[in-house]
Amino acid sequence: MKIVVCVKQVPDTTDVKIDPKTNTLIREGVASICNPFDEYAIEEALRIKEKLGGEVHVITMGPPQAIEVLRNALAVGADKVYLISDKAFAGSDTLATAYALSKTIEYIGGADLVICGKQAIDGDTAQVGPGIATRLGIPQLTYVSKIREIDLEKKKIIVERLLEYGREVVEAPLPALITVVKDINEPRLPSLIGIKKAAKAQIPTLTAKDINADENRIGLKGSPTWVVKVFTPEARGGGGEILKGELNEVVPLLVTKLMETKFIK
Amino acid sequence: MARLLIDKDLCTGCESCVPVCPFGALSMKEGIAVVDEKCTFCGACVDVCPVNAITMEKEEKAVTIDTSAFKDVWVFIEHEFGKVSGVSFELLGEGRKLANALGCKLCGMLFADPELAEGFAKEAIAYGAERVYLVESPLFKIYRTDPYAKAAVDLIRKYKPEIVLFGATTQGRDFAGTVATTLEVGLTADCTGLDIDPETKYLRQTRPAFGGNIMATILDYPNYRPQMATVRPKVFPMPERDDSRKGEIIREPLQMTEEQVRTKVLEFIRGTETVNLADAEIIVSGGRGVGGPEGFKPIRELAEVLGAAVGASRAAVDSGWISYEHQVGQTGRTVRPKIYIACGISGSIQHQAGMKTSEIIVAINKDPEAPIFKIATYGIVGDLFTVVPMLTEEFKKRLGR
Repeated sequence: MKIVVCVKQVPDTTDVKIDPKTNTLIREGVASICNPFDEYAIEEALRIKEKLGGEVHVITMGPPQAIEVLRNALAVGADKVYLISDKAFAGSDTLATAYALSKTIEYIGGADLVICGKQAIDGDTAQVGPGIATRLGIPQLTYVSKIREIDLEKKKIIVERLLEYGREVVEAPLPALITVVKDINEPRLPSLIGIKKAAKAQIPTLTAKDINADENRIGLKGSPTWVVKVFTPEARGGGGEILKGELNEVVPLLVTKLMETKFIK
Repeated sequence: MARLLIDKDLCTGCESCVPVCPFGALSMKEGIAVVDEKCTFCGACVDVCPVNAITMEKEEKAVTIDTSAFKDVWVFIEHEFGKVSGVSFELLGEGRKLANALGCKLCGMLFADPELAEGFAKEAIAYGAERVYLVESPLFKIYRTDPYAKAAVDLIRKYKPEIVLFGATTQGRDFAGTVATTLEVGLTADCTGLDIDPETKYLRQTRPAFGGNIMATILDYPNYRPQMATVRPKVFPMPERDDSRKGEIIREPLQMTEEQVRTKVLEFIRGTETVNLADAEIIVSGGRGVGGPEGFKPIRELAEVLGAAVGASRAAVDSGWISYEHQVGQTGRTVRPKIYIACGISGSIQHQAGMKTSEIIVAINKDPEAPIFKIATYGIVGDLFTVVPMLTEEFKKRLGR
């Protein structure tokens, strides 16, 4: 069983703060982390490998420093990792990114199962997973909260998908792509030996040429969408009204205020 | 390739551009701003430079398609469990404004089982669709990616809409990505604002990013049509329903058989809660302050009196006090109820990312310094185990329940 996990390095948004004077994001000192949903993707791949055997390959597209998320993947037990990095990829939107990742998966010999996080916490699009599945021509199972069964002989997978109103149990033939939510597992921590091994590992970098990417389909050239403006959302008006006084006064006051909104029926 | 150009002679080293870059691509080197490969050419820095030292050289893409062949605004009419989803009506309301600005028709795109199709189409018309493109097939009984994507791709190729809008639900976000990739067009995720640029007539799509810390406005280059977006539910108001409205229904067959559908739905396990976070007008949420699984009891009691859904912070979910379906925030769900009552939740930036666009936020917390009070409409500083039962009693009294 060969599993390919797609991960993304994102800014650790816990550290993102708004400068009250300029009303902009303070980026200085913001650490980069592996997208949290992708940690669940790596963990799930490792668990499948431990149960069924096989290999876990982890790929990421990003600037040279994105190599850090691959070292972490090696430290927890990934077999092979690849950095896809090239100036030609700069400005890629979800269509172009999914294209580049699908070309990479083809270049490394395909996969029986591709796992992505539900979405990345910086862009929050949830579009790259389905985009890769479509390019590879394999079925997609999004929002997976549990893998019930993988049958290698019959080449099928059964999963639970976490939807608005409950969980849907779905079967698909392999190869397939799944995107996972947080509920699926609890990621392990790397071992000391793992960290040491990962620190010394030589990590291959793939360029647009290496993966045979069509230059018209990557970077800004291959991106239909274009960010024309970035701005800080308006702060919530006025700040809060703290109801002060004895609880047997403020509780009825709060109820009155909420009843006046007509939202309570 | 586009390029960001910084004029070394003009740059005064004022550093105003560095903090506005959402991607951290700008830094100072020997008193002059420099840009690295993290730049996505968003142009945020161009606008703030006080001396106009930053310019962007954008490669003009040759328009190779006939954009005039693409017209009308389409809204995907989503349905589940025999009911049209509210977000589809909200999008018909917003789509009406876009269609008026463009002087074109507003149309619904509907895929349904023959038993339900006609009724859904009539509802779409009652909410403002002038025309409904309908694909009827028993394959649409339960949502699956393959037949939905196939029907949408075929319809869009044949009728060439200018704009296609989907609800940013698990359904819309699942297959819209497939449709956009197959058509090789743009798709903007989870938009919260839409309007037509008065000059170019392009669709301007505004969406939150970085957990809602920044907003981005996105356009599609003119050689990619239709312009497609998924739009967050409960952002736009529900339009008036008018059953006297007339509209035409255009039927197209589905070019797919059951054998060609690769996935099979084996079972559906309904959530245990009677009220769902996605639909809830009111949410009562508990955080670290509830202290344990039994601490959710007063929260559930208040929710029951209000007909509200129960939410939770990541701290409560990770402690195993309540299941993940309830988690609100960056790694949980994004909600936008009319009233959000946060009990014992400090209000980390990740939690705020999932709820700060709620209309009214009520915070109940022992710690007067908790960040949740900064975004709350009303706050009470106090122990939730005292305050919440008092609220429940008071609401019971007023509502006669």
